[in-house]
Amino acid sequence: MTEPVAPPLPGGGEWLRLHPATPLLKGGIALIAVIGFILANVRERLIEAFVGGPDGGDLIEELYQRGHLGWAIAIVLGALLLGVVAFFLSWRMHTYRINDEAVEVRSGILFRTHRQARLDRIQGIAITRPFIARLFGAARLELSVAGQDAKVQLAYLKGSDVDRLRHDILMLASARRAEEGVAPGATAGGAAGSPDATGPDSLIGRRVTELLAPELDPQEAPPESVVRISPLRLAGSLLASGATLFVLVVAVVLIVVTATGRELGFLFLFVPAFIGGAGYYVRKVTRSLRFSIAATPDGVRVGYGLLTTSNDTLPPGRIHAIEVYQPLLWRPFDWWAIRINRAGHASSGSGSQPATTMLPVGTRGDVDKVLGLLLPGLASADTRHLILAGMVSSGQTPGFAVDFVPAPRRARWLRPFSWRRTGYALAGDAVLLRKGLVWRQLVAVPAARIQSLHLDQGPLSRALDLCTLTLDTVAGPVSASLSVLDRTGSLAAFDAISRAATAAGALEDGSQRVALPAEPQPPRPENDR
Amino acid sequence: MTDHSNDAVPVDPARVRSKRVEVGGDWKRVSRKYIGVELVGVALFGLVAIGATLVFSLTRWFAQPFGWILVGAAVVTTLVMFAVAPRRVRSIGYQLRDDDLLFRRGIMFHRVVSVPYGRMQLIDINRGPVARFLGLAELRFVTAAAATGVTIPGLVDSDADALRDTLVSLAETRRAGL
Repeated sequence: MTEPVAPPLPGGGEWLRLHPATPLLKGGIALIAVIGFILANVRERLIEAFVGGPDGGDLIEELYQRGHLGWAIAIVLGALLLGVVAFFLSWRMHTYRINDEAVEVRSGILFRTHRQARLDRIQGIAITRPFIARLFGAARLELSVAGQDAKVQLAYLKGSDVDRLRHDILMLASARRAEEGVAPGATAGGAAGSPDATGPDSLIGRRVTELLAPELDPQEAPPESVVRISPLRLAGSLLASGATLFVLVVAVVLIVVTATGRELGFLFLFVPAFIGGAGYYVRKVTRSLRFSIAATPDGVRVGYGLLTTSNDTLPPGRIHAIEVYQPLLWRPFDWWAIRINRAGHASSGSGSQPATTMLPVGTRGDVDKVLGLLLPGLASADTRHLILAGMVSSGQTPGFAVDFVPAPRRARWLRPFSWRRTGYALAGDAVLLRKGLVWRQLVAVPAARIQSLHLDQGPLSRALDLCTLTLDTVAGPVSASLSVLDRTGSLAAFDAISRAATAAGALEDGSQRVALPAEPQPPRPENDR
Repeated sequence: MTDHSNDAVPVDPARVRSKRVEVGGDWKRVSRKYIGVELVGVALFGLVAIGATLVFSLTRWFAQPFGWILVGAAVVTTLVMFAVAPRRVRSIGYQLRDDDLLFRRGIMFHRVVSVPYGRMQLIDINRGPVARFLGLAELRFVTAAAATGVTIPGLVDSDADALRDTLVSLAETRRAGL
C-alpha cells in the first residue's frame, strides 16, 4: 500500500500518479472508519443470521426483526463500495506532469480539471507534511503562482521524493537545466538515502527514522547560513506579546468583577473565549517550533512545525517587501521579527496560507543573517550600517555615504514622538523606510518589485509643507508608506525611486527571461533609453 | 517631453510657490465634457441627501431645529460640490513619460502616482451610462498591487482606445515578470 509505483524522476515529461495513500489521506480515513464501524456492528448479526440467535435491541435488531436487514446491508455496502470505487478512480484520474515549461495537473472523474502553472511564474514551493501523512511517508507539494487561489497542489507524494522534485522544478524554473546533474543527484541521494543508511530496512523502521529526522536536512544548506530559534526564546516572545497583555487585562478585569460582584455564573460565558485564546497560543507555538530559515541552492527555505511540518522555498527575487519590526514588549530583550509580502496569495484556509513570517523572533544577529538571505544586495558593506540605523537609531548617522533622509523638524506637529525616526533611504537595489519610535519598524522594498508609488498630500500636510510617500507592492502584511516627509525632498525621492524601479525592472526582465524560448518581441520604439 | 525633471516648466507659477505637491511636465487634462459626468453624480448625491433629510424633517423624525440644520448642511454640501466639480476635473491629469505613467488627481487631498510601464498587468476600459452618452470612457491601469489605483476618467472614446494601445505596447517592451 505504501510502496509507490511512481518513477523516481519527474523527467520524461510523462503523466505520473500520486501517492497511493492519497485517497485515504484526503478523507478516506473517515470512509475506513465507517467501514470498520459497520463491520464491527454487523459481524455478530451476520453470524447470528446464519447460526440463529435472538437478543439485542438496537437499530440493527430492529431492521432484522422487520426483515429489512438484507436490504439495509445491501444499501450500506453499495454506498461504501461506490465510495471506495470513487476514491480509487479519483486517484487513478489524478495525474501530474512536469516538463521544462510547466507543471500540469489533471484531476476529476466527471468534471475534468486541467491546471497548468508556468515554471517561470512560480512564486514559491511549499512542502507540507501533515502528521497523519507523515505516518504514511507522504507529503504535499504546493506550487504557488501569483493570483487569487492560483496554486497547483500535488497531494500527496512520496515523502522522500518531494524534496528532489522541488529541487528539479526549481532548477527547471531557473532555467538551469538538470544537466548540472551532480548537485541535484547529491542532495536527492542524501534525502532519499539517509533513512536507508541509518535505519533498519523494514517499513516501520524507515517511518520512524523519517519521523525523527530533523526538519531541515543538514546536507541541504550550509550550517552557517541557517537561523534557528530556541524554544525558550519562542516561549518568551509569546509571553511578551501584545496578546498576552490583552489576556492579562481581561483577567484582571474579570477578577475585579468577580471579587466585587455577586454572581459567578457569567464566568462560563468566557469558556469559549478561553478555549479560543489557548488555541491561538498553541497554533502560534506549533507553527513556530523548530523554525529554521536557510539559504539553499534553490532559494531561501523556511521550515517550521513540530508534528505537521511545512517548508517553503522562495526562489530569488520573489520577495516584494520586507519588514523588520519590534513589538514594544520585546525591546528589553532586543528581539525582532521579520515578515514579508509575497505574491502567492492563498485565500482558502489558514493552513494553506503562504508563510509570510521569515523570523518569528530573533536577535539582531539573526535579523542581519535573515536580511542577508532575503536581500543579498542589502547586506553589502556600504549599506549594512543602514539596517542597524533603521532598526534602532534616529536622526542621521554621520560618516556614511548613504544615509536615511529624515523628516523635517516641523513634522513634530503631526508626529510628536516618532518624527526623528521617520526617514527613507535609497540603498542600491532597495528602498528603506524607517518609522515608529514605540513600535519600531524598518521596511525594505526591492526596487524591482515596486509596482507603483504615489505621493499624497492632505490639507494638514499642505499647511506644514509635508507629504506622504507610499510604495505599492503586492498585498501582504507589510505596508510601505511614510508620512510627514519634506515636500521638496520627497519630490526628488519620488523621481529617484521611480527611476530606480524602472531600471531595476528592466534589468531583471532581461536576466530572468534569458533562458526561455524566444518570444516574438515587438520592435522597440526609439524613445527607449 | 520633459523627462524626470523637477525644475520643468511649471503649470502655474503661483502654484509652484505654494506648498502643493506638484510634479512638473506636460500634463494632459481629461475632456471638459467629463465635468458633465461629475455634475450628474453630484446632482444625484444632492437629490438623495436633500430629499432624505427633507423627508425626515417634514415627518418629524428629527427634532425640529436639528432637522433643518441637516437639510441646510446637505444643500450647502451639494452646492460646494457643484462649485468645485470643474476644478476637480481640471485637477485630473496624466503624463506619459519615458518609462512611467504619471497620474494625479484631487484638490484638497492631492495624489500623484507613478507607475512604470513594465508593471502593467492589464488595462480596463469602462463606460458608465452618462459617460457613454457623452462619448467618454474611463481607463484603469492595473498592476499587481491593489493600491495602485490609477483610473483615468473622462477620456474621449477614441483617445481611450489609443491610450490603451500605446500603454500596452509600451508595457510590452518593458515587461517585468512578477
